[in-house]
Amino acid sequence: MPEITPTAHRRAIASAGLCLVLLVVLSLGIGVEDLSFSGADGAMPLADLLSISRLPRTLAAVLAGAGLAVAGQIMQTLTRNRFVEPSTAGTAQSAALGILIVTLFLPSADLGLKALVASGCALAGTAVFLATAHRLPPEQPYLVPLFGLVYGGVVGAAVTYVAWQNDLLQYLDIWMNGEFSGVLKGRYELLWIAVLVVAAAIFFADRLTIMALGEAQATSLGLDYRRMTQIGLVLVSVMSALSVVVVGLIPFVGLVVPNLVSRLSGDNLRGTLPQVALGGAILVTGCDILGRLIRFPYEIPVGTVMGVAGPGIFLWFILRERRDA
Amino acid sequence: MIEIKSVSLVREGQRVLDAIDLSLPKGGITALVGPNGAGKSTLLSLAARLLPLQAGSITIDGLPVSSTPGKVLARKLAILRQDSGPPPRVSVREMVGFGRFPHSGGRMTAEDREMVAQALDRFELTDLASRSLDRLSGGQRQRVMVAMTYAQGSDYILLDEPLNNLDMYHARKLMIELRRLADETGRTIVIVLHDINHAAASADRIIAMKDGRIAADGTPEKIMRTEVLEAIYGFPVEVVDAGGMRLALQYARSGQPRDQARPS
Repeated sequence: MPEITPTAHRRAIASAGLCLVLLVVLSLGIGVEDLSFSGADGAMPLADLLSISRLPRTLAAVLAGAGLAVAGQIMQTLTRNRFVEPSTAGTAQSAALGILIVTLFLPSADLGLKALVASGCALAGTAVFLATAHRLPPEQPYLVPLFGLVYGGVVGAAVTYVAWQNDLLQYLDIWMNGEFSGVLKGRYELLWIAVLVVAAAIFFADRLTIMALGEAQATSLGLDYRRMTQIGLVLVSVMSALSVVVVGLIPFVGLVVPNLVSRLSGDNLRGTLPQVALGGAILVTGCDILGRLIRFPYEIPVGTVMGVAGPGIFLWFILRERRDA
Repeated sequence: MIEIKSVSLVREGQRVLDAIDLSLPKGGITALVGPNGAGKSTLLSLAARLLPLQAGSITIDGLPVSSTPGKVLARKLAILRQDSGPPPRVSVREMVGFGRFPHSGGRMTAEDREMVAQALDRFELTDLASRSLDRLSGGQRQRVMVAMTYAQGSDYILLDEPLNNLDMYHARKLMIELRRLADETGRTIVIVLHDINHAAASADRIIAMKDGRIAADGTPEKIMRTEVLEAIYGFPVEVVDAGGMRLALQYARSGQPRDQARPS
């Protein structure tokens, strides 16, 4: 791989940005309701349609995608393992447990409180995962994602059991399968916190890159490793919880995007984190558009589209690389 | 000066270090030698605050390692350990540049860049500067790590088995470079070595550890004797004078009778 210069990073960011803008325009234009200026034939006026439904939906996809991809990148840095992401490490399942607890004991709670409790639970659940992952032998990198899958499965099973006992299974389905069709003005604004998560990650980019060298090396370079781990945990947990609360679980974004960016642009996060954020936004917005087009006028949830597209892209990329090498 | 006072460490019920007292004055190369599991790497890790102290105290120029902020210590002392993690996809130049993090906090100044260029030059990495770390051989990567540790610009440099993965040329070259560093810039280098002959050839002082204690401590002339080495390693090591050096003939030779089992 040739050296990745700042110019190359800027070029990648510019083309990803352009791609995202095109997808956003496309996303605004697609829907059952035709876009019309007059509001004739009883159609909704254009401004209302855009501001109440299309724009919130598109923004939610962009924000969730960017935030989840960055969360995945941070998770991979904390574990020093490229094969984990929040939805395969118990974070998303723990967040769902949080929402379940709020729904059981405070059914009238608003979205903000749900997000707060979900974040707290996600934090605790991810901390347990991380503490265990650090005890696994580093010579066997596949143990970490394997443990994550088992751990996420156990937490998820507990959530399902409690939900089943309390007749809340259909809610669970909403949380665990991400989709944007329910996103309306007034119901997605919490996702703007994703901007803060991405900004914080970019602010800490150098420190995160150094963390990826391992605890010993990072400590030798004067980094407060523990503190950075805590910060990373909070960012990952808040982002995953927000996504589960507002739009439901979207798998694979945090896994696929950081790996693609790493292969194309390397691991110096100062240059690559904006690309990870843009890549996540592109992937989720793109999958949402696909989900709306495949069975038009019906919709396929974005979580389902991602479940097929994510691994597909990942496999294609890995196999392509092998052929080139 | 690195001052180690009655440092002990117990891990999983095993006594790894047993009341170590040691003071390493500023300057020169000190080699830590001894059999596997003697506690050399552990002692180094404690001095570099990579492990928490259980008993005793360690100070670097009067700064206690247990309570001095990490950033302050990072300018005083750098450590390089063996690491089993996957190599990151960053260029050699970027990697060496991370060594400047305690000074630059990520924003490199002209001085930082100059130091990186110098480190690349010193360790013969200038030609590889643009190469990604995951496209290097193990030995090349090892040199990058040493260059990064050097670029950190600390007075004290602790190296844990830096000759691992290095071929004969680069091992020799690294020892020469470390000697030059110590002589020209007054850096204090503490290095864990397995090859006692490298220690004898380059170090000013050899400290031999065994079973968590210091078994021998002195100049290479004092340590490079059959009876001293036998006490450390548990077999009679023939020592010869050749080419103006004391050389331990540690190697197995065909036709030689097997070592007697010795009660230790």
